[in-house]
Amino acid sequence: MKLTLNGKSVDVRAAGDTPLLWVLRDELGLTGTKFGCGLGLCGACTVHLGGEAVRSCQTPVSAAAGLPIVTIEGLAANAAHLHPVQQAWIEKDVVQCGYCQSGQIMSAAALLGKQARPTDAQIDEALAGNICRCGTYERVRAGVHRAAELAAAKGGK
Amino acid sequence: MDGTTAQTETAALSRRNFLRTTAAASAGLVVGFRFVPQAPAAVPAAAAPFAPNAFLRIASDGTVTLLAKHAEMGQGIYTSMAMCVAEELEADWTKIKVEAAPAAQVYAHTAFGIQMTGGSTSTWESYEQLRQAGATARALLVEAAARRWQVPAAGLRAENGTVIAPDGRKAGFGELAAAAAALPAPQGVTLKAPAAFKLLGRGTRRIDAREKVTGQGVFGIDVRLPGMLTATVARPPVFGAKVKSFDATAARKVAGVKQVLRVPTGVAVIADGVWAAKQGREALAVDWDLGPLAQLESGAQRADYLQRAAAPGAPARRDRDAPGAFAKATRKIEATFDFPYLAHAAMEPLNATAQFKADGSVEIWAPTQFQGVDVMNAAKAAGVAPEKVTLHTTLLGGGFGRKASPSSDFIVEAVQVAKAAGTMPVQVVWLREDDMRGGYYRPRTVVTAKVGLDAAGGLVSWENQIVSQSIIQGTAFEPMMLKDGVDATQVEGLADLPYAVPNLRVDYHLAPAGVPVLWWRSVGHTFTAYVKETLVDDAARAAGKDPIDYRIGLLGAHPRYVAILKLLREKSNWGKAAPGRFQGVAIQESFGSIVGEVVELSLGAAGAFTVHKVTAVVDCGTAVNPDGVRAQIMSGVIYGLSAALYGKITFKEGRPEQSNFHDYPVLRMNEAPVVETHIIDSGAKMGGIGEPGTPPVAPALANALLAATGKRVRSLPITPEQLV
Repeated sequence: MKLTLNGKSVDVRAAGDTPLLWVLRDELGLTGTKFGCGLGLCGACTVHLGGEAVRSCQTPVSAAAGLPIVTIEGLAANAAHLHPVQQAWIEKDVVQCGYCQSGQIMSAAALLGKQARPTDAQIDEALAGNICRCGTYERVRAGVHRAAELAAAKGGK
Repeated sequence: MDGTTAQTETAALSRRNFLRTTAAASAGLVVGFRFVPQAPAAVPAAAAPFAPNAFLRIASDGTVTLLAKHAEMGQGIYTSMAMCVAEELEADWTKIKVEAAPAAQVYAHTAFGIQMTGGSTSTWESYEQLRQAGATARALLVEAAARRWQVPAAGLRAENGTVIAPDGRKAGFGELAAAAAALPAPQGVTLKAPAAFKLLGRGTRRIDAREKVTGQGVFGIDVRLPGMLTATVARPPVFGAKVKSFDATAARKVAGVKQVLRVPTGVAVIADGVWAAKQGREALAVDWDLGPLAQLESGAQRADYLQRAAAPGAPARRDRDAPGAFAKATRKIEATFDFPYLAHAAMEPLNATAQFKADGSVEIWAPTQFQGVDVMNAAKAAGVAPEKVTLHTTLLGGGFGRKASPSSDFIVEAVQVAKAAGTMPVQVVWLREDDMRGGYYRPRTVVTAKVGLDAAGGLVSWENQIVSQSIIQGTAFEPMMLKDGVDATQVEGLADLPYAVPNLRVDYHLAPAGVPVLWWRSVGHTFTAYVKETLVDDAARAAGKDPIDYRIGLLGAHPRYVAILKLLREKSNWGKAAPGRFQGVAIQESFGSIVGEVVELSLGAAGAFTVHKVTAVVDCGTAVNPDGVRAQIMSGVIYGLSAALYGKITFKEGRPEQSNFHDYPVLRMNEAPVVETHIIDSGAKMGGIGEPGTPPVAPALANALLAATGKRVRSLPITPEQLV
């Protein structure tokens, strides 16, 4: 099976019903996407599929074939130019243990793709599926607002 | 005991003081600060030319690497340790890297004598040690420059990774590293006066942010090794159950499954990845001998604990005659509290990777807080000498105490699975359900209370009977922390009650062991704060006094508490909440710090409520990184609220009833209040910060709910049904 992953075409051997999460982590070695619950309850495994935030633990790899997949490793254009959400996360000192943050960032980036200046309520709605046991929610919220500003400034150039 | 004699001695020293005392009294455990003459064998020979001590490497390109003795699990310790080193080294902050130190005795906790991260101790315990390490390296770099330039070292200064001479000559640390490495270590170095600090005490962003926002950070579950296999383990459905027999025929047919093996904890399914290991385990048929805990029921356990509480327990604190004074009290409060077992539920499920090498050594990679204990336990399980065990500490996707396991359960199991599997590395991954049902919970605790007031509303007597399983019983810590039937961790916060009350009695009842229990972020304070702070609120109400004024009246001997409560009153807009908003307050000292919190909430329909804001005031003595302090208070508050609103592990027919985040919910973003933290820099002895934010939030919430509904909730979690 061929996947389009972070802008590149890759071949995978896994059976079609294998969740994308495990193909990414165990077959392709992309460990930035995290395993948290296995039931789509916590959001740690969030990736972009065709531009939408999806839970990769609930997405059979067969359903991902043919659509562009972006993981945390492919979110930034390159190492020198982080995605606005990543930049904002650093500025706002969002992370603690960091385990859930790949998922938080992917959810936030998908939200900003649709909603350039989200309200607190829109942020809460879009990210309610991403659990953080360190309790960084307030800074995640601030990070999304800051990312929106950074993206707007970038777009305005 | 003679009821008329005042006895103020407490059997329950705080855990921190207790361990410090014990550690200091035991020869060989006192580590203090001393340089090792050379890097210990466990430290890989670094490419860096300058390794002045076990903590630092300075490369020729000027990169400074800190070998972190403490595990980073979100609490920000990598950042604050780097700040300590950089401050004294006069390093360029942008050139500092942090790596986990290997497991080695040189990295032992200066008070506890073993390498570990826990008890909210990391910052204070390493503060001097790491500053010394930085100052010594700086002195050597300055001396190297002095020799190069043939000038007195006293005239030189270091700044931002550079040594500078009075005539303007400069040399970067990297240029000087090789020469500095050849110099003998100085006999003593002078540390900076706090007034000269450039970094310490100033808000500093996390040093590990970039790797964590790009997905590059390596947690235990992210370890990937050539030829590595993945295992799941079918563990007992009831604690203590044993495998009678199993049929692996179907499991072995699952694509990707390599081996199915009996191991001491159950049956391991070893495969080429988590998915196959999970499918294989589902196809496994195991017949269990369930053992005596198959009868465990949460309701029956409550009745048993209440019966135990009715008799006198082991004395944790006895001041004068609490029962006698209670009998004569004008007003009486009697209460029964029930706190459930709690799972830590860190985002990174438990895991560990182990490999038996052909040369007889064992290598382990694990997200652990407890290296000093783990190496010993792993060596025993592997059947090798401790020197043959190499333990690599990864990043931890949350710890909260679960990854400080006195039995090293998740690491020992990985060693056992790898041993059974052969010589390939094996990563044992716990699925969420395994993690949730795997025990090592905050103990279920029942507490009874009798509080007596005089006619003026003053406290005359206070009595608690505490029933729980001991965290300490059966561990290596037993001789120090379980004395005369009292587990020091289960009475902390009550046996050292700060409120002035002449007749005080706290008894402890050791409940039968069985369910594995463990420290859970703030340990005994998770429930003692709730008991103490709801009872004192009830007393204030009975006395007709404002809850903050009433507390202040009982805290004459504790000026730091009073300062916190006064600032909290101001910052929380106490008593002036908007219509429809209700406030509650609580304060708790734990791990050397004192935190007061005010919760503000509003009510919805049918007992529902929304927590809008938590105002916190913290006195941790000195805040090394104020940004980190605020982050930890926020974190502790959210963690405590999750437990207060939702947390419970209950048992039916010996089985934990919860399994994942649908039936063990935790706070989500849409439920998270704003947390506003104010720091009092009292200059008192430095305390901890990872845990002290947690204890006050549940009682402050309960007190706000009492104000809003008139209902007093004493069985946790707080559910809407209890409020209507």
